[in-house]
Amino acid sequence: MTTATLTSAPVTAHWRDFLALTKPRVMTLVVYTGLAGLLAAPGRIHPVLAFTAILCIALGAGAAAALNQWYEADVDAKMKRTASRPLPAGRMDRQSALHFGVGLSFFSVILMGMATNWLAAAVLAVSILFYVIVYTIWLKPRTAQNIVIGGAAGAFPPVIGWAAVTGDIGALPVALFMLTFFWTPPHFWSLALFVRTDYAAAGIPMLPVVSGEVATRRQIWLYTAIMAIAAMAPVLLRLTGLIYGTAAFVGTAIFAVLAFEVYRRRETDPARMTPERRLFKYSILYLFLLFGAVVADRWLLA
Amino acid sequence: MTPEEQDQVRARQKSRAVVTGLLLGFLVILFFAITLAKIGASHNI
Repeated sequence: MTTATLTSAPVTAHWRDFLALTKPRVMTLVVYTGLAGLLAAPGRIHPVLAFTAILCIALGAGAAAALNQWYEADVDAKMKRTASRPLPAGRMDRQSALHFGVGLSFFSVILMGMATNWLAAAVLAVSILFYVIVYTIWLKPRTAQNIVIGGAAGAFPPVIGWAAVTGDIGALPVALFMLTFFWTPPHFWSLALFVRTDYAAAGIPMLPVVSGEVATRRQIWLYTAIMAIAAMAPVLLRLTGLIYGTAAFVGTAIFAVLAFEVYRRRETDPARMTPERRLFKYSILYLFLLFGAVVADRWLLA
Repeated sequence: MTPEEQDQVRARQKSRAVVTGLLLGFLVILFFAITLAKIGASHNI
């Protein structure tokens, strides 16, 4: 009922629909991890330039989200969760979303280069292209492992934040990249377990749809184990101190307990998936906790 | 297009113009601040 205007005459979109196109809620995690990378980096950066760097990371993420919705408008229309987005609901025409996304991409990358350095700008450009081309266009419609590789796009912000300060890429931002990278599968698949029916209707090969729930639960557990190694890597490599070490150990232990519970269960009714929802919610808190601990380590124990 | 629809489109265009204006004003201030920060940084070297 809401897809009729997708290809019809241009509509005058409300400015709030452009804002919605940037997925502001997803942006908070990106801004947070980017800011953590920036604050954990050694050296000084002018507060105005630091603000600009974070703004550019946010705008880049918004641009990628807009281009993602431009490409997926037809798919979004088939899912209850996404059918009310500006494009599938017909509140905006596709050309506007494309122009907005491309314009915002160039603007964020060029501003990043001018305000900080071109390495940070280059990594930002790579992360946008990775999300739009490798994830949205290439992998998402083709393989059930889509979000594993696609998760790399979401793992770039700490590297960008670090590079904005130092002009290089150190071992710690690479470790934070790996942490976010291996965190994405258990985070996302725990969500996919209880919104599975939606993805099935849209024909997207999400793991629970393609390989079944049991395989998904096993993969959640598997990636949690790899994530635990990535979380402890900064401690083992002596890149961080006691605060991060304690937070990572305790936080990851709780993560493992929750993930193990999800792994052991065989519940198929989404209405009774409380542990799965708990793992999904905790995974967000976990990432906030660990990135906060990295910064606390640098600032309090330096 | 009915007069009601036309009014609705006008209202949206106006709100978009206002938001665009505010964003441009913000960018002017931001670019000025970036310029000051850059000049200050080169001054210290």
